[in-house]
Amino acid sequence: MELKATNISFKYPTAKNYLLKDINLTLDNNKIMGLIGDSGSGKSTLCKILSGYVTNYEGAVTFDGKALPNKGFKSIQLIYQHPEKVMNPKWKMEQVLKESWDVPDDILNEFGIQKSWLTRFPQELSGGELQRFSVLRSLNPKTKFLIADEMTTMLDAITQVQILDSVLKVVKQRKMGFLLVSHDMDLVDTICDDKIYLKDINGV
Amino acid sequence: MEKLLDVENVSISFIQYTKGLNQRELKVITDLTLDISEGEILAVLGSSGSGKSLLAHAIFGILPENANLNGKIKYKGKELSQEDKEELRGNEIALIPQSVNFLDPLMKISDQAIGHTENDAEKKEKKIKQREIFEHYNLGPEVDEMYPFQLSGGMARRVLVSTALLSDPKLVVADEPTPGLDEKTVHETLNHFKHMKDNGVGVLLITHDIHAALEIADRIGIFYSGYVIEIAENKDFSGDGENLLHPYTKALYKALPANGFELTKGHQPLHGEIPKGCPYYDRCEMRFDRCRDERPELIDLGNKKVRCFKYEEGAEDGT
Repeated sequence: MELKATNISFKYPTAKNYLLKDINLTLDNNKIMGLIGDSGSGKSTLCKILSGYVTNYEGAVTFDGKALPNKGFKSIQLIYQHPEKVMNPKWKMEQVLKESWDVPDDILNEFGIQKSWLTRFPQELSGGELQRFSVLRSLNPKTKFLIADEMTTMLDAITQVQILDSVLKVVKQRKMGFLLVSHDMDLVDTICDDKIYLKDINGV
Repeated sequence: MEKLLDVENVSISFIQYTKGLNQRELKVITDLTLDISEGEILAVLGSSGSGKSLLAHAIFGILPENANLNGKIKYKGKELSQEDKEELRGNEIALIPQSVNFLDPLMKISDQAIGHTENDAEKKEKKIKQREIFEHYNLGPEVDEMYPFQLSGGMARRVLVSTALLSDPKLVVADEPTPGLDEKTVHETLNHFKHMKDNGVGVLLITHDIHAALEIADRIGIFYSGYVIEIAENKDFSGDGENLLHPYTKALYKALPANGFELTKGHQPLHGEIPKGCPYYDRCEMRFDRCRDERPELIDLGNKKVRCFKYEEGAEDGT
């Protein structure tokens, strides 16, 4: 599979200058890629473009040669830094997961999710525990590509290892594509096969 | 160096309504012990949402109404009452809050930095001092007239730091000063703390960022499930982590990408599920039988402290 961005440019409607200019990028499921950039450099915007959440850009994004769908399930899933912002605060965790798919028990175990957490509300769990749910929710069987935008930045080192270890197992098993976006060079060097610096491909 | 702050066996719990009029007591901090001297930086390292900011609120006496505070907080050897805290805060003890959200959005920067004044003479005097300190932190005269929303992330941080220093505090408590800043600004902020330390100020750095803690702190207190489980020296976080004492601290150190990215199973017990014995019992590799029911106290080993039976005098090796 191939996720391809051709001549992507983006600027905010009110801004004078382009944030992203003429970005060309090809990602596949053979290599785990790392994307590195300073804060404010447009990493997150690029992620949103690649996953189809920002659509007012110039250029084209294709997945296996086809344009990204604008309705239905998105086979390119995006995971944010703050899990508490992507969950309905009035839903219990069970319902949050179910919105995406029925997760089998063995995968719940693999991600270290306790049965008792399922009946809690998001605010009753810590960031690390919520991020496990957020990741698992995005691992719907229809997901082909995962973009992790600073997914573990707010977590302690131990939880970071646990979550990435579990995700990478699933990614390898299902032969999914994975893009890790981070500012942590050590982390990128540890888990990625190759890395891209945003400033090298951004023509601003 | 004189001891500034002594926090002894502090616990904080909240009264919560569960269903109808039923209440329950939720313990968030069970046992927090630490001390800090003049010219020292002590970091308290804990994961986000673990309740470590409450420590700062307890020191300043700004906990919410439904909170219960037990244990002793001593400043220069004297136990602090709520009145003492109100007297000391903003004078000898200053807080650097997490973000500009703690500033008044409708008040000019210089006015809120100066704060309340009795008369014009005092205001003038304080204004001169404020200008001096702002200048020192590279904040030009135009900043005085700005409103909080006009500040960039790095500038905002410099405003908060210099405002805290206006009263010549002996002790500065910084609550999560690094998130949301780019690397250069983080570095700059941490340098401010080093600078304070060099001037003999004690700095209590509350953070979840182990890199920030290791960059500047002299000692690091590890906060786990409502307990301080170890206070280690900065130099112990080196090599294989063989000088670290508590198994959790070792695991945390080895989980860093640069030190092996080693996997450790398990999770911290949630608030309200904290076990009777050692909070780390479920995950510990070298636990004794007694750890399940008995809670270890923080053992004083000179410069370091650890909460583990293994380091008790006369403890046998193995289980």
